[in-house]
Amino acid sequence: MKTRLANLRQVPPTALFGIVIVILYIVLAILTPALTPYSQREIVGGAFLPWTSAHPLGTDSLGRDMLTRLLYGGRNTLGIAFVTTILAFAIGMAAGLVAVTVGGWLEPILSRIVDMLMSIPQLIFKLFLLSIFGTSIPTLILVIAVLDSTRVFRLTRAAASSIAVMDYVEAARLRGEGPWWLMTREILPNITAPLIAEFGLRFCFVFLAIAALSFLGLGIQPPLADWGSMVRENATLITFGDITPLIPAAAIAVLTISVNFIVDWMLHKSTGLKE
Amino acid sequence: MSDPTALLKLRDLRLDGQGASGTTHILRGIDLDLAKGEVLGVIGESGAGKSSLGLAAMGFCRNGCRFAGGSANFDGNELIGARPAVLSGLRSTRIAYVAQSAAASFNPAWRLIDQYCEFPVLRGLMDRKAAEKDAIEIYEQLRLPNPKEIGFRYPHQVSGGQLQRAMTAMAMSCRPDLIIFDEPTTALDVTTQIEVLSAIRSAVNELGTAALYITHDLAVVAQMADRIMVMRHGEVVEEAATRTMLDAPREAYTKSLWAVRNIRPPAKPLPPTDTAPLMQISNVTAGYGSNDTALQDIGFDVHAGRTRAVVGESGSGKSTAARVIAGLLPPRSGEVRLDGQLLPPDYRKRSRDQLRKVQLIYQMADTALNPRQRIGDIIARPVSFYAGLRGRALRERVREILSDIELDPDTYMDRSPAELSGGQKQRVGIGRALAAEPQFIICDEVTSALDQIVAENILTLLQRVQRDYGLSYMFITHDLSTVRAIADDVTVMQRGKIVEQGTATHILECPQHEYTRKLLASVPEMDPDWLSKQVSGVDSIV
Amino acid sequence: MNPILILIAKRLGLGLLTLWFVSFGVFFAIEALPGDTAEAILGQSATPETVAALRKELHLNQPALLRYWNWQIAVLTGDFGTSLSNGRPVSELIGTRLGNTMFLAGMAALISVPLALCLGLLAALWRNSLFDRLINAVTLTSISMPEFFIGYVLIFAFAIRAGILPPMSAISPTMGLPDRIVFTILPALTLTLVVVAHMMRMTRASLVNLLSLPYVEMARLKGAREMRVILFHVLPNALGPIVTVIALNLAYLITGVVVVEVVFVYPGLGQLLVDSVSSRDLPVVQVSCMIFASAYILLNLTADVIAIVSDPRQLHRT
Repeated sequence: MKTRLANLRQVPPTALFGIVIVILYIVLAILTPALTPYSQREIVGGAFLPWTSAHPLGTDSLGRDMLTRLLYGGRNTLGIAFVTTILAFAIGMAAGLVAVTVGGWLEPILSRIVDMLMSIPQLIFKLFLLSIFGTSIPTLILVIAVLDSTRVFRLTRAAASSIAVMDYVEAARLRGEGPWWLMTREILPNITAPLIAEFGLRFCFVFLAIAALSFLGLGIQPPLADWGSMVRENATLITFGDITPLIPAAAIAVLTISVNFIVDWMLHKSTGLKE
Repeated sequence: MSDPTALLKLRDLRLDGQGASGTTHILRGIDLDLAKGEVLGVIGESGAGKSSLGLAAMGFCRNGCRFAGGSANFDGNELIGARPAVLSGLRSTRIAYVAQSAAASFNPAWRLIDQYCEFPVLRGLMDRKAAEKDAIEIYEQLRLPNPKEIGFRYPHQVSGGQLQRAMTAMAMSCRPDLIIFDEPTTALDVTTQIEVLSAIRSAVNELGTAALYITHDLAVVAQMADRIMVMRHGEVVEEAATRTMLDAPREAYTKSLWAVRNIRPPAKPLPPTDTAPLMQISNVTAGYGSNDTALQDIGFDVHAGRTRAVVGESGSGKSTAARVIAGLLPPRSGEVRLDGQLLPPDYRKRSRDQLRKVQLIYQMADTALNPRQRIGDIIARPVSFYAGLRGRALRERVREILSDIELDPDTYMDRSPAELSGGQKQRVGIGRALAAEPQFIICDEVTSALDQIVAENILTLLQRVQRDYGLSYMFITHDLSTVRAIADDVTVMQRGKIVEQGTATHILECPQHEYTRKLLASVPEMDPDWLSKQVSGVDSIV
Repeated sequence: MNPILILIAKRLGLGLLTLWFVSFGVFFAIEALPGDTAEAILGQSATPETVAALRKELHLNQPALLRYWNWQIAVLTGDFGTSLSNGRPVSELIGTRLGNTMFLAGMAALISVPLALCLGLLAALWRNSLFDRLINAVTLTSISMPEFFIGYVLIFAFAIRAGILPPMSAISPTMGLPDRIVFTILPALTLTLVVVAHMMRMTRASLVNLLSLPYVEMARLKGAREMRVILFHVLPNALGPIVTVIALNLAYLITGVVVVEVVFVYPGLGQLLVDSVSSRDLPVVQVSCMIFASAYILLNLTADVIAIVSDPRQLHRT
């Protein structure tokens, strides 16, 4: 326990900042309904009202409370991004581990499919699929999760195959262990560090992708609040010198920067002093 | 001891390393004098700091290290804390370096001769044309084949032994006063090693260069050095002229190193060979691709309670044979029988009991143990998997096995592999094999990654458990002293074929095949005149 | 045959296969849509008779595979079909916009490639220094920001507050080059900021990776100074990795261009794609997706081929 505490003191300030911010976002997302007097759909006054005590960030293009929508936007986007990332990991990790442990004809087939999917620009691909399947939240989650699972698959396969050639895995195979034991006991525990780091990075990319799609009007649909579309809907304010529309954008930036700082520190730590 | 004419003078040289676990002292105050033209052998086990000493003699320390004190004086120039311009001015022209792995130390994008000519031309010692002519001369002197053409190849187009000589040639390009050799022959096969050693020695003698020859192999250093310095834990243990050091070492540590060289197996009653063999390999041909034949029609038996050593150099197919027996590489033809019963070629088709009876111990104990499992769990798994023991009975059995491999159960049960030394890890590897209660164990170069003293203990342990449990071993090795220490029967392999096999005494004392003789003759001996004798012997044959 | 040519041929084959796969996907995904293109075009005025007539006119009554074949041929010969929303030929819509997008991406590439390579080289040279750590934090930050955030911040700072640059990229085909550049600076700068960060980090990583190899230590032990080590010993081996980095980031630029064009209302292909996705103008979606995907695949292909060619071990086989 003492060493844990000592380690905490060695955390660089950037990572510490990241950890604090991420915790803050999570707490705010959970408490949102309790913190806001209005609902995210409720029209509370005129359009583009300035900052007042009743509406600390003013109102948006339809006269809804900005701060309320900012908090709900965070809650919605965070939740959807989290679910999407989990799904992407479930698909990518399972496929990657199976490809490495079971191998055979499955491995080259999975790899070729992933190669194909990855050689198409991701944002364009997502735009295309959403224009085909429509823009509901389940489609959004599924499309992003499937496309992003390709990266998880690649990483899992690369990390797992470097472990699968280890003598201890061979020893377990020769003992007669089944694929489940090999995956969960021999391989998975040895690739957790890169996978956790990848989870953070993947979350950022998923979050940014949802924000970008919503900004383009193809992600989370109104009247649900989200940070990407809030920027687009209120962008005209910027031309009048009002920074309100930049706040949701900044909220995205702060979160992704924080996660990246944490991941950067973790990667640095796991690679040790090898530069 | 202090010599005013010394070329290299180290005084109380200290080097610290910064690791994740704090500062470690790599060199703890080294004193060293090297005269012009003298060859000093530096010997020690892994972690003794000998490579760091070699680099420090060039004023170089790796990333994460720093000089913590003392001085290194080269011909009047202080190297520690010297400006980069001073250091780079001395390197190549006055001090040069030969690395252990020539294959990794040559730039893959340059031809060998470009790398040879780089510094002679850059320092204005000769023009490019003269440098190329000089390179060819030195290549010739180091007995490289096709000296006129070999330089115009890229590193990946040249074999390991030739690259090592090309690197020595490059070190000589500016005719330096001192060359640091860092284990230059460790990665080579014995028959290649002897060629490289004699080439290096004659070139060093002819050019009159002083050298620091770093190695872990006593017999090698005996051939190369005028004086020997023994290192341990970053300190000098003792230092003396080669003959004195070999004949009358003073310190206990040195004596123990010397003693290991002379081990002979304890006389044991040999189990009979007139019964049916336990393991029978017959007419096996195998390869990794459709065009590749790593094994060609090999066959041998292993009788209960006996050890068969399979000896050969890299590429001889000895490890492939192990993979075939284990079922990892199904052979193209031929069969493997255990106790008269045919083993399925693919391990996935073998029954649990068949898998249990054949166990494998690996060369690299580091990669053989799952770093995320505790020692107790590593040994418990085969016990519960094969014998179905649970709970208290399982725990008792694991304790028994740990005691068997001479690791205290209370101390080691809950440790992770990272907390163990190399020798201890290898013991756990043996324990895991024993836990399956096998009949036949394949030992794949199990001692070659270990220091000599540790290796000796592992061999003793293997012999004891063999007697206790009546095990049969197939012992794969390239090291003939290991064969001498442990084998009852020997199979000699070369390029996928068996060249000769028979009882150990027969093969070692009166080898019939020319390759076996060459192999035996190439193993360096402690006699400082050994290399000269071998070389003149070879010459007289030619 | 030369093994290196075989490798390149294999890679080219894979690229073509991917492209064909994309075109197949693009065509049949739209085929599988519920509803009928003819009904979509006619909208309110659809009667069974007019729909049937239009279906015939558009060859919708032919088998799908035949239509795919015809479409493929048409696209290859530059006939991209007709837009559903305004009935104009798609090629006419795309023509000038593709030029505009290329202009924007080209300008961003022109600034970012040399800048990123220099910064990456310096960071690798002075690794673990204050400069390195600073640039690491800055690039990490700029990677983490959504493109539209950077875009609006730049608009706010340079167009609204300072008032020195136009906030919207209202370029027109008749505009002269200097005006064009002025209107393109802000979007190009936005793209540059994002791409430079990626490219610089990748350049640094591939150089640092090489710097830890034994032959680099050997070069130092031979007496080479830091500059010589980098320029003569590391760079010849880094060519492949660096070209890969450039190509990957140019490919990334193509994706990034979509969002940036929307922010600056830049009349490019990305803006067109987003508009036609919202209005479900599928022929335009098909063609613009094909163009973006082809450019992306082509760049990745180039990177791989150059990586193959620049590896001395591949180049000088025995």
